Amino acid sequence: MTRLAWIRLAIVLGAFAALEWLVQSGRISTHTMIPPTRMVTELWAILASGELTGDITQTLGNVAIACLLSVTVGFVVGAGIHAIPRLRRALDPFLTTYYAVPFFVFYPLLVYIFGMNNLPMIAIGFMFAVVAMIINTLNGLDKIPRVYDKVARMHQMSRASMALRIQIPAAAPNLFTGLKLSVAYAFIGVIASEFILAPGGLGYAIAFAYDNFDNETMYALMLFILVLVTAINMTLHYLEQRLLRRQGF
Amino acid sequence: MSRSSVYAIDIALVVLGIVVVWQLLHMGAGDVAISSPAATALRAGELLLSDAFWPHAAETGLALFYALVIALMIGLGVGTLLGGHRLSGDVAEPILVALYSLPKITLYPVILLVFGLGLEAKVAFGAIHGVIPVTIFTMNAVKNINPVFLRTSRVLGMGPMQTATHILLPATLPEIVSGLRVGFSLTLLGVIIGELFASHRGMGFLVMRAIGTHDVTTMMAVTLLLAVAAVLIASLLLYIDNRLHRRV
Amino acid sequence: MTGEIHAHLTRVTRVYPAVAGNPPVHALGPIDLELRRGEFFAIVGPSGCGKSTCMDVLAGLAPPSEGEVSFEGNPIRGSVPDGVGAVFQEDASFPWLTVWDNAAFGLRRQGVDAAEIRRRVEYALGFMGLRDFAQAYPAQLSGGMRQRVCIARTLVLQPRLILLDEPFGALDAQTRLLMGDELLRLWRETGATVLLITHALDEAAMLSDRVGAMSARPGRFLETLETGWPRDRDSSMLEGETFGHITGRLWQLLRSESQAAMGHHPDAAQGGTRREAG
Ligand SMILES: Nc1ncnc2c1ncn2[C@@H]1O[C@H](COP(=O)(O)OP(=O)(O)OP(=O)(O)O)[C@@H](O)[C@H]1O
Ligand SMILES: [Mg+2]
Repeated sequence: MTRLAWIRLAIVLGAFAALEWLVQSGRISTHTMIPPTRMVTELWAILASGELTGDITQTLGNVAIACLLSVTVGFVVGAGIHAIPRLRRALDPFLTTYYAVPFFVFYPLLVYIFGMNNLPMIAIGFMFAVVAMIINTLNGLDKIPRVYDKVARMHQMSRASMALRIQIPAAAPNLFTGLKLSVAYAFIGVIASEFILAPGGLGYAIAFAYDNFDNETMYALMLFILVLVTAINMTLHYLEQRLLRRQGF
Repeated sequence: MSRSSVYAIDIALVVLGIVVVWQLLHMGAGDVAISSPAATALRAGELLLSDAFWPHAAETGLALFYALVIALMIGLGVGTLLGGHRLSGDVAEPILVALYSLPKITLYPVILLVFGLGLEAKVAFGAIHGVIPVTIFTMNAVKNINPVFLRTSRVLGMGPMQTATHILLPATLPEIVSGLRVGFSLTLLGVIIGELFASHRGMGFLVMRAIGTHDVTTMMAVTLLLAVAAVLIASLLLYIDNRLHRRV
Repeated sequence: MTGEIHAHLTRVTRVYPAVAGNPPVHALGPIDLELRRGEFFAIVGPSGCGKSTCMDVLAGLAPPSEGEVSFEGNPIRGSVPDGVGAVFQEDASFPWLTVWDNAAFGLRRQGVDAAEIRRRVEYALGFMGLRDFAQAYPAQLSGGMRQRVCIARTLVLQPRLILLDEPFGALDAQTRLLMGDELLRLWRETGATVLLITHALDEAAMLSDRVGAMSARPGRFLETLETGWPRDRDSSMLEGETFGHITGRLWQLLRSESQAAMGHHPDAAQGGTRREAG
C-alpha cells in the first residue's frame, strides 16, 4: 500500500474511533447513534442469522439488472446519437440538464403503474444510470482521433470490425467511466426507491427499522451498504487502473 | 435558414417528441396511470393560480436555497483548503469520490434523528448531497491554478485581498460554477427525496399526497412543474458555465 | 530509374464540399503526377497547400473531384488498393495495444498465420529500432518512436507503394537526419516506391530521386527537380554542394508560395522579405 492509502485508512479508522468514543462517553445519545463496534457485531449477527439474505439478494439483483440494462442501452443509444450530429446537437442541452430533474418524483407513479414489485425500482435505477452511460459514450466516441478512420480503411476493415477493434478500444477509458457511474447511480436509484416505498430490499429494511425505532438494525444495515458500495467502487477503480494505466491515461 | 434557427427548430422538435411519446404512453396506459399532456398542463396551470400550492413551492424553494448556500459555503471552504495543500488533497480525493457514489439516502434516518421532521432535516439532507461535488470541483480548481499567476501577483506587489479578488477568484470561478451546476442537481434531489419520505410540506409531499389519493393528474402536474423549473435553472447555470469557460 | 509508371494522378483536383455554412475548399490541383516503379519521390510545399489531400487521393481514401488516379495500371475508385501502405501525419498508433500488437494489427486482419506474423513483425520492429520496446505501450514512447510504430505497422504488409506524410514531423533536426538514413535503407531493401511528404526542404533534397515543389493552396506542382543521387546514398551528401543547389532552388520556388500561405499578399511581400533578411 502507498503512503497515501495508509493515511486514508488511518483517517477512516480515526473517524470511527472518534464516533465510538463520542457515543460510549455519552456525548452523543444512544437514541441517535450507536457505537460503531455495536454496528459491526449487530451486522454480523444479522448476516449470520440469514434473516436479511432475501433483502440483500433482492437489492443486488435489482441493481445488477438496472446496471446491465443501462450500460447496454446507454452504449447503443449513445453510439446512435453520435452517428447523427444534428440529433446530437439538439439533445445535448437535455442530456446535460437531465440530472437536475429529481427522478424520484416519478417513482410513486411507477409504483402506481407497475404495482408494488421490482419493476419500478429497476426502472428508477435505469433512468438514473442510463444517461451517465450515454454521456460518457458520446465523450468517448468524440475523442477517437479521426486518423483511425483512415487507418481502418487502409486495412480494408469492415464497419463491424472497425467498431470492435478500433472504436470500442479507443473509447474504452470513457466507457469505463460510464460503467462506474452507472453502477453507482443504479445503487443510489434502487436503494432510494426501496427506502421510499417497496416490498423489500435493503433500503426498505432500513426504513422499516427506522419506523420501528430499531437503531441497531438500522445502523448495522447502513454500515453494510457503506462497506458494500465502497468495496464495489474500489474493485472497479482497481480494474480501471489495471486496464488503463499502461495506456497512459 | 440560419444555423441558430435550425437549432431552435431542432430543440422544439425534441420537446415535441417528448410530448408525443407522453401522449402515446397516456393512450396506452389510460387515465388512471398516466394523465395526458394537455390535462397535466391544465392542472399545472390551476396549481400555479391556486393559493394552496405556493406555500409548498416556497417550502421546497427555501429548503433548496438554504441547502445550496450551506453546500456552497462548506464546499468552497473545504475545497480551497484541500486544493491549497497538496497532500491533503491527494488523501481526500478518493474519499470524496467514494462519498459521492454512496447512496446517501441511507443516512436520512440519522438526519431525521438529529434534526427531527421539518425544514432543517431537508436542508441538511440537500446540503449533504450538494456539498461533495462543490468541494471536488473547488479543490481541483484551486489545485490547478497556474503557479505563474501567483508569481505574477507577487511581482506586481499585490496584497492577499487583491490576489484573492483579482487572481484566485477569476482563475477558479469557471470550475466553481461547474461544481455549483452539478451541486444544484444533487441538492435538489436531496431536498425532494427528503420531502418524499417523512414530510408534511413541499412539492415532494404534494406528490406523495396525490398518489395517496390516486390523483394522477395532480401528481404528474407537480412533477412537471418541478422538472420544468429544474431544467430552466440548470440551463441558466449551464449558460453561465459555458460563458465562463468561453465555450460560447 | 526511368522504369514503368507505378502510380499516377492525371488532371486531379480535390474540392472539399461546403459544410455548415463554410464555403467549399478547393484544396488541390489540377495536378499531374507520375510515380515510377521503385523511385523515391518527395513533395514539399507550404502549410495547408494540399499535400495530405494529395496523399489521400493517391491512397484511395478520398475520391478526386475531377481527374483519374491509378495504381499498377488499375484505376482507384473509392477503395484502398492492395499493395499501398500509408503512414499519416497524425500519431495513429493504438494506445491500447503493445508495440508488438500494433505492428501485427494489419496481418491479423488479413488472417496471416502466427509464425509468419512473428517473422514479419520481428523483422519490422528490428528494422525500426523498436525491438527492445516490443512489449511497451505507445504512451511509454516518444512521439518519434510512435511514428516508427506506425511505419512498422505498414511495413509488415510489404506494400509496393509506401506513402509517408510528414513521418518525422515530431522529431528534432538531428534525429530526423538519422531517420532519413533509415528510410533510405528501407527503400533500398524493399524496392518499394516511396512517396514522402515533408515540409523540410533539406530532407526532401537529401532523400529523394525527384522532388515536387507545390504551390500554395490549391496545390499544384510548380516544378519537379531531379536530384540525380545514386541509389546508394545517405545523409553524408549534406556536405556536397549539389545539396545546396537543390535546397536553394526549392526555397526559391517556395518562398512566395509560403508567404501566400501565411496570408501575405505576394506583391506586398517584397518589403517583408527584406526586413526578415536584414
Ligand atoms: N476535411 C476537410 N474539410 C474541409 N477542408 C479541408 C479538409 N481537410 C483539409 N482541408 C483543407 O484543405 C487544404 C489542404 O489541406 P491538407 O491537409 O491537404 O494540407 P497540407 O498540405 O497537408 O498541410 P500541412 O502541411 O499543414 O499538413 C487546407 O486548406 C485545409 O484547410
Ligand atoms: Mg498535411
